[in-house]
Amino acid sequence: MPLFDSLYNFACWLTRDRAEAEDLVQESYAKALAGFSSFETGTNFRAWMFRILRNTFLNSRSGLAATRTIVLADDEAAEAELAQVTEETPETILLEHANQHAVREAMECLPIPLREILLFADVEELSYREIAEALAIPIGTVMSKLARARKALRNQLQGKVMRT
Amino acid sequence: MACELWLDKLNAFVDGELSAEAQRELDVHLRTCTSCAAEIAGHAQLKSAVKRAASRRYVPSAEFRRRIESQVPPRKRGTRTRFAWTWAPALGLAAAILLAAVWLARRPAGTGAATIGELVDMHAAALASANPVDVISTDQHTVKPWFEGKLPFAVDLPDLTKTEFTLLGGRVTYLGQSAGAGLLFQFRKHRLSAFVFQDRSEWRSLGAGSAPERQASFWVETWSAAGLRYFVVGDTSGANVAQLSNLMKSAADAE
Repeated sequence: MPLFDSLYNFACWLTRDRAEAEDLVQESYAKALAGFSSFETGTNFRAWMFRILRNTFLNSRSGLAATRTIVLADDEAAEAELAQVTEETPETILLEHANQHAVREAMECLPIPLREILLFADVEELSYREIAEALAIPIGTVMSKLARARKALRNQLQGKVMRT
Repeated sequence: MACELWLDKLNAFVDGELSAEAQRELDVHLRTCTSCAAEIAGHAQLKSAVKRAASRRYVPSAEFRRRIESQVPPRKRGTRTRFAWTWAPALGLAAAILLAAVWLARRPAGTGAATIGELVDMHAAALASANPVDVISTDQHTVKPWFEGKLPFAVDLPDLTKTEFTLLGGRVTYLGQSAGAGLLFQFRKHRLSAFVFQDRSEWRSLGAGSAPERQASFWVETWSAAGLRYFVVGDTSGANVAQLSNLMKSAADAE
């Protein structure tokens, strides 16, 4: 079964709920099978599957709720604010103090649009082109969004390290 | 703080997305600029920390895996032809030649032959693509580790230093719902593909190894070794395809 573990992991990160993630994965496979004819040669299969899963999530009840509550965070200005560098600590020092748990927590705090692009780039290691296909956005936007996501993550970690 | 000029490119660098030229320029710059080097080290560390923290964070239960497996039927042979309609005229002719070749070879027209057709398609699609590979490197020691964690097996790459072949890079490809390695090589002005998948019982009709055969103006050689099934596809000549096949074979033996 293609991508099963990856899709499930991604779905859990989006929904933060195992039962919901299972429904999401199941529905995505059903859609992928039904829509196989719409899969075009030359496009990337992984990107296509992630795109189906993501769209299914965005149209689900919790997806709609999530997008409603993060309307502000999805806004570029709000994202930029989130990504504003407060006080620069080099990652080397930062990551020494932040354990795996802290990184997970920091990721959970990120709004979904930033969280998902980190998952695509760092966890699934999709190319920028594949991310662009999965999110249906231009490659330039992939790059700026990814830069914002990483800054935001760094700030979250910074906050956590400073609090401890 | 990293230099203004490079600041925007550090993310692309750690993601392996810089063009070869920019990559070279940055390499030169990093030799003299410690702040950019430190910044890159930080970026790379953050990237790997995210990977460690988030990948396989959630693992599906065995019960759920079974449920989905029963829902997703194994891919039927011939599904691929549906994709090909957009290429209709050229591929129509190619398919006719392929069918004729298969018939002449008096092979049972089973999954083996369909697989070869599909791989020839994949090679042709790679040649037509602006980004035929996801990891761009002529270095076998860069490409091999890139596949780690992406495939359930290791990909052994030949040492090409004394040959006329050059490695261009690799990508993860999918065939019949399982992942494999797609490698692209250059021979003079021509490009050849090599594909490696876990061997399957349905490919038994392809045999354990044979000389390259002509399929729709491409030469294809396939063999199986140590549980893996290899395919080499090229349009130069049968001898050329055999040469690359032998290099791949000796690389696998050497490991």
